Amino acid sequence: MGGDGKDKGITMRIIVAGDGKVGLELLRLLSEEGHELVAIDSSGDVLKRQIQNIDVMTVEGNCAAMSVLQEAGIEHTDILIAVTGSDEINLLCCLTAKNLHGAVHTIARVRSPEYTEQLYLMREDYGLSLIINPEKEAAEEISRLLQLPGFLKRETFAKGRVELVELLVNEGGLLQNTKLMDLPRVLGPNCNVLVCAVIRGDEVFIPTGGTTLLAGDHIYVTAPVTNLSLLLTRIGVTRRKIRHALLIGGGRVSYYLTQQLLLSGVRVKIIERDEARAAQLATMLPEASIILDDGASPEALVREGITETDALVTLTGIDEQNVLTSMYGSTLGVPLVATKVDRIGSTGILENLSVGSVVSPKETCSAHIVQYVRAMENQAGAAVTLHRVADGRVEALEFVVNEKMRFIGEPLKNLHSHIKKNILISCITHRGRTVIPDGNAHYEKNDTVIVINGRESPILQFNDIFE
Amino acid sequence: MNVKMIARITGLSLFLTSFFMLVPAGIAVFDGQRLNALSYVGSVLIACLAGSLLLFFARGDNGTFYAQEGFAATGISWILMSLCGALPFRVSGEIPRYVDALFEIISGFTTTGASILTDVESLSRCHLYWRSFSHWLGGMGMLVFLLAVVPQARKTAGAGMHLMRAESPGPSVGKLVPTLRKTAAILYGLYITLTALCVLFLLAGGMPLFDSLCIAYGTAGTGGFSVKNDSMGGYSPYLQNVVTVFMLLFGVNFSIYFLLVLRQFKQVAKNEELRLYLAIAGSAILLIAWNISGMYATPGEALHHAAFQVSSIMTTTGYGTVDFEQWPAFSKSILLILMYIGACAGSTGGGLKVSRVLLLLKTVKQTVRRVLHPRRVQTVRMDGRAVDPEITNNVNAYLAVYCVIVLLSFMLVSLDGYSIGTNLSAVTACFNNIGPGFELVGATGNYSHYSDFSKLVLSADMLLGRLEIFPLLVLFSPDTWSRKA
Repeated sequence: MGGDGKDKGITMRIIVAGDGKVGLELLRLLSEEGHELVAIDSSGDVLKRQIQNIDVMTVEGNCAAMSVLQEAGIEHTDILIAVTGSDEINLLCCLTAKNLHGAVHTIARVRSPEYTEQLYLMREDYGLSLIINPEKEAAEEISRLLQLPGFLKRETFAKGRVELVELLVNEGGLLQNTKLMDLPRVLGPNCNVLVCAVIRGDEVFIPTGGTTLLAGDHIYVTAPVTNLSLLLTRIGVTRRKIRHALLIGGGRVSYYLTQQLLLSGVRVKIIERDEARAAQLATMLPEASIILDDGASPEALVREGITETDALVTLTGIDEQNVLTSMYGSTLGVPLVATKVDRIGSTGILENLSVGSVVSPKETCSAHIVQYVRAMENQAGAAVTLHRVADGRVEALEFVVNEKMRFIGEPLKNLHSHIKKNILISCITHRGRTVIPDGNAHYEKNDTVIVINGRESPILQFNDIFE
Repeated sequence: MNVKMIARITGLSLFLTSFFMLVPAGIAVFDGQRLNALSYVGSVLIACLAGSLLLFFARGDNGTFYAQEGFAATGISWILMSLCGALPFRVSGEIPRYVDALFEIISGFTTTGASILTDVESLSRCHLYWRSFSHWLGGMGMLVFLLAVVPQARKTAGAGMHLMRAESPGPSVGKLVPTLRKTAAILYGLYITLTALCVLFLLAGGMPLFDSLCIAYGTAGTGGFSVKNDSMGGYSPYLQNVVTVFMLLFGVNFSIYFLLVLRQFKQVAKNEELRLYLAIAGSAILLIAWNISGMYATPGEALHHAAFQVSSIMTTTGYGTVDFEQWPAFSKSILLILMYIGACAGSTGGGLKVSRVLLLLKTVKQTVRRVLHPRRVQTVRMDGRAVDPEITNNVNAYLAVYCVIVLLSFMLVSLDGYSIGTNLSAVTACFNNIGPGFELVGATGNYSHYSDFSKLVLSADMLLGRLEIFPLLVLFSPDTWSRKA
């Protein structure tokens, strides 16, 4: 019955154990891709209230227990994703599942710093397909942003050769009122970039050559990584390496970020309110200075040098406090501000507030898992990298061209009538050389192509971009 | 309140109704009845026009869909489908009054089987078919059919669960498989398979094809419209036995059949609702057979008629082989009790549902225990697991609302001045979707003598009973139409 043949890709059966923030986001994203989902949670309340609008089956119980996994139908499940609040339960859940059904792919969230060094060991021994650590990934993202100030967001493609960056069009800046077809002239030679998505107010769209940028627009730009600093110089954002960073809140993201910043020679100060945690941090990070104080109090912030620091990163567990502190920092003129949010989406209401770069561990982590699932779905034609930006409304996908893909060797100008609306081929990397394509460019086998998708429906395979 | 989403769903359900009305139109053409054919085609056009208007109004809906939208969409869809489904009866003139036509089709969709017709056999075949087929559609639910057939946008796929919950009977509605669409498809797959089996068994007993289809629809939907004036009485004992068995089968929760297909026999065996259902049916059959044994030639014949009537009443079908009005009071009181209990949750039957009765009994037991040991901590358990207190509370609330509405309609219907037995059994038989009651509305009687007002009250009762009250009740609550406060 029905027309299941219309659904693209393979439908997989996926169990998501633990329905916290990440679990829910995953259920939402994966159900949009049309998979069969089973959600396990120990609290029936969560299952009833949170998931009522997603097409999933729910099982109440401890996800590490055999009987519960069996009830969830582990024997015919393709992927198990364990994202409960506890690392140990996640690991035990994956182990049990693997025992019950050897062919299942298991993904566990493990975020405790104590386990960091044994991650590879655990992956091997426990037969896990993927271990994710959202806090560590978020820390890496923040660290990348701090290395190249001026961008609100940076995502990498093609083994780091291409990046997708988010920029704010400043009032009175060079980009304001520029038509996109004039952009190469405005930016000058050798600065090869492509604006691939524009957020204007509530609206997200894929621009054309005739689009004019307005002040307050957030734009997403793809560019070879070598062009990035040039781009910043040309649009008048001066680049200065940061030397000091002030971190508010001493959670896990803080710990991982401090480790990375210290390695690249940045001096770090962490303000943490909890005495025990502060002492713990002091032991783990002897090179950082840990201040026991309330990061929400302006007085403490000023005392600890918010007016002099190069970068302010707000990382407490309370989104509202992070937003407020970041706004306070921005008004005091801190050159670089980054804000971590857990519950609220990284765009939307935050777009109009001066909170600097916004990083959401939840979104980073879910995007990572969705990408893994997609890769499994279609080993050959699936995207090797997937980034969701603009609150998930725009996707950037990286494909490696294989012989099954259509229009190989065809100049892009001939493809216009075939490509669906709101889809853009934004970048082609050919033998390690990245070009922003014009009408005469084409792609060949083994090239890397980055596609921007501003449509409602997901792109699962490269050929999906054509009508 | 997302009026556009509701309009989309009601619009689609109208298209579905008109699609199924094409079959009786075809029958009318086949029988060479031009007026009947035209009346169906005209009704199809009207339903399609209304559906298109609704869909036109619904364009650009944003997909927000919560429990209140699910309830309201279900309630409105059922009302609109009934209004359209009644048209052909009226237009063709075979049921000259629209109120009567409406009563008849609501009785069909809600699988009640109560009729205002004094002479069923005088009705044209196309109408007989449409009446019986409305049972089949209403049994599993038209919105569930929509869910199985119409592709859902993935973003709003979760919305369907609210529809299914609103339309499917029982205290808690669950999925069989992770995706809703497959669940709905499996339910209809089982439904179609069982119906086809029923048709085959009837054909094997020498019943004409047209009769077999209509009787099978009535059995599958636990409806009870027959094509003969004496219901099932004129058919051979074999055919009556086939219908007895299939009525009982369609009164079982469909998830049981899914478990059987999956070979989960242990789970089936320990299903408490199924066990209680079979136990009640079994003991009622034996008690009545003993009670009426004097009226029939052999104990076997008594057992045969007892079994048919018990499964017909308990599954809320409403077919009859004999006039049980003539039975002793004890047998009739058993039948009256069975009317209230009804079939299993998740089946096509009506009534309170066995699982609700089971939960009520368990809560009573708990309350008695609490009186004796006030500090005793206890949980209600069913099928080996604890039942969410919210469900037991809902069951209690449902029973309360149920009683209020039954008593209220009893009072309203009594304005017509018939006997208490007639009125109470009429309300009971309509609300629980059975069909025949006692006395004037008994096995050989019908509802034609009631006034228009009473017919509307009883129609409302049938809808309330089929949709389990709340989807219709919410339509009258101002909270439903605004999310503001």
